Amino acid sequence: MDFNYTDEQNALRDTLARFIAKDYGFEQRRALAKSDEGFSRDHWKQFAELGLTALPFPDNLGGLGGNAVDTMLVMEAFGRGLVLEPYLATVVVAGHLVRDAGSDAQKEALLPSIAGGELMMALAHFEPGGRYKVSRVDTAAKPKGDGWTLSGAKGVVLSGGAAGKLLVSARTSHEPRDEDGISLFLVERNAPGLTVRSYMTQDGGRAAEIRLNDVAVAADALVGTQHAALPAIERALDYGIAALCAEAVGIMTALNEATLEYLKTRKQFGQPIGRFQALQHRMVDMVIATEQARSMATLAAVKADAPNAAERRRAISAAKAYVGQQARFVGQQAVQLHGGMGVVDELNVSHYFKRLTMINMTFGDADHHLGLFSDMILAA
Amino acid sequence: MDLNYTPEEQAFRAEVRKLVAAILPADISAKVKGGKRLAKDDFVRWQKALHEKGWGATMWPTQFGGTGWSAVQQHIFEEECAEAGAPLQLPFGLKMVAPVIMAFGSKGQQDHFLPRIVDGTDWWCQGYSEPGSGSDLASLKAKAERQGDHYVVNGQKTWNTLGQHADWIFCLVRTSSEGRQQEGISFLLIDMKTPGITVRPIIMNDGEHEINEVWFEDVKVPAQNLVGEENKGWTYAKFLLGHERTGIAGVGRSKAALHHLKDIARTELSYDKPLMEDARFRDRIAQVELELMALEITNMRVLSAEKENKAPGPEASILKIKGSEIQQTIAELQMQALGHYALPWLPEALDADWQGEPVGSAHTAPLSGHYFNYRKTTIYGGSNEIQKNIIAQMILGL
Repeated sequence: MDFNYTDEQNALRDTLARFIAKDYGFEQRRALAKSDEGFSRDHWKQFAELGLTALPFPDNLGGLGGNAVDTMLVMEAFGRGLVLEPYLATVVVAGHLVRDAGSDAQKEALLPSIAGGELMMALAHFEPGGRYKVSRVDTAAKPKGDGWTLSGAKGVVLSGGAAGKLLVSARTSHEPRDEDGISLFLVERNAPGLTVRSYMTQDGGRAAEIRLNDVAVAADALVGTQHAALPAIERALDYGIAALCAEAVGIMTALNEATLEYLKTRKQFGQPIGRFQALQHRMVDMVIATEQARSMATLAAVKADAPNAAERRRAISAAKAYVGQQARFVGQQAVQLHGGMGVVDELNVSHYFKRLTMINMTFGDADHHLGLFSDMILAA
Repeated sequence: MDLNYTPEEQAFRAEVRKLVAAILPADISAKVKGGKRLAKDDFVRWQKALHEKGWGATMWPTQFGGTGWSAVQQHIFEEECAEAGAPLQLPFGLKMVAPVIMAFGSKGQQDHFLPRIVDGTDWWCQGYSEPGSGSDLASLKAKAERQGDHYVVNGQKTWNTLGQHADWIFCLVRTSSEGRQQEGISFLLIDMKTPGITVRPIIMNDGEHEINEVWFEDVKVPAQNLVGEENKGWTYAKFLLGHERTGIAGVGRSKAALHHLKDIARTELSYDKPLMEDARFRDRIAQVELELMALEITNMRVLSAEKENKAPGPEASILKIKGSEIQQTIAELQMQALGHYALPWLPEALDADWQGEPVGSAHTAPLSGHYFNYRKTTIYGGSNEIQKNIIAQMILGL
């Protein structure tokens, strides 16, 4: 075991911290969230220049060959900045999915473009009525000529509106809840029959409802193994979950700093409210929760790269459940300790809280993943 | 940053496992795993067995005979010992008085006491708390008056763990009533055989004799048994409280307890099916396992950082708080798993040589008492509320 970051990782952290402090101030971010697209294409170019969009991809495809711990450092910093650009959807989820499941031709076509900042992508997987169950896919892919036609609906596709290309899961055989029979397809954003209804999310981000009405795709649109895409999709989502855990820890750290500062400066009854033991102990509980969450987010990052799927799944669900619980506590208490200031739009606390809450609701909430983890105990 | 064990660490684990299996007496591990009462001799035999292999005080600095292991190696060692059913290496000598003697004791004290701690010759106990001085420890009143070449000690100590077996006690005593109360305290080493010492049992909520009151009546202590300087004892006491870091989280023992809990939940029946199949109960096991997974990493993160910076940190308070809460939760779930069979109290069943027929299952008898007993963990060693005060002041600057 090693609890230190490499020199490169420390340099990356410094770079990210400088970027967030300089270019991602609270007011700038607020304005961006309200803009049409909801993020900045200039920022995205900067990400590409900093190598962030190339981080997890192989060297020979324009990437930097980074691991999930590198991604963790990016997401932790993005948490502090409440970064709006579609990094999670494009680089973390879709990027890892193409990297790990795509054919050589697909990787060569897509990864250098993502790395270079030219292409944004999204995974359209979860569906209305399926809640968090990853194997529940009702969207159908019917063979037509050499290719397929896709029909169905995908719900709350993160950054679906910004994506130039979508990865769409669809059923090529078996019943809606079977683990077998799911395939993955690359679909152009402007494909006939595809409609994308983009909207703002509670945390200032963007997501979309996507409908597929006999969307035709060619034979080379198939990503990974026909009927057996679920393991690759799960793995990509697990990268996403590890990244969300890191983002949550970045937010919790920032919230604790803000709350501690508030306890030291806000005066009532003639003294700083941080003199009151009831509030001191609450603050301590928040710090402990955050350090424990940091441990689990780190575990998630390390195990996201694990070759053994069962080992990876166990750590990822453990982390998503635990970080979700701690994030809920820290978020709610940061609001509480800020009093009225905690519930107003003009202070960053409410924005951090909303993002933490929505992280918990993404890719399975704490209860869902506790259940998965619990069922693994039964199977062990 | 890598939380995977390296091949070297895996080999180290295999070596520890093999050695522990070879030297841990089977009768002792059977007692530990069965939740039976441990005798003084069980602790001493295990300490002597470890000492013979050079592992009597693995956490000590190398110049005093420690191993110089990394935090990860120390963690592996504790985990393997717990999983094998080894008794706890009691902290009073090894982790409490020894670091104080190393840091502040005389050469003579170091040469005399340290080898006798590591080889299991001397059993140490602690004389800190008094009836009127619990969380407010610095208000302590037990008095030591200097008379020529010795001190005369009068007063009462309480919550003294296993002092009925002890050869020596380290005591905080008042040597001055001038100035701040913290500035009149001294750290004395006292031979338990000295005339004037009386040990009276306090029976715990599980019916067991684990703790004592210790009375001192004109007890003569040679002045050479003063550690460091007179009236500087509070500094040493704080050093001691902050220093007992390795193992304070109790991760290895909690992992073994969690395994035991799962075994119990797989054998106890609920409506004729294994209790483990009841999702409502299983989710509670899952929840405490998450807490423990997180603490295992937090523990090694904190200890590794301390090893590099050499600075004893108040972060240890985080480990104490979470570690004790987890120990209590596991103990509670073990009891709860028994259903109605949490009710029977058969103290005789805790004797290793008891031949009677168990009420319930073989694992039933100790669990409820263990739950009651373990309410102590959030109280002792500085209550968890005191730990939060420490974090608020020392880390957060509140």
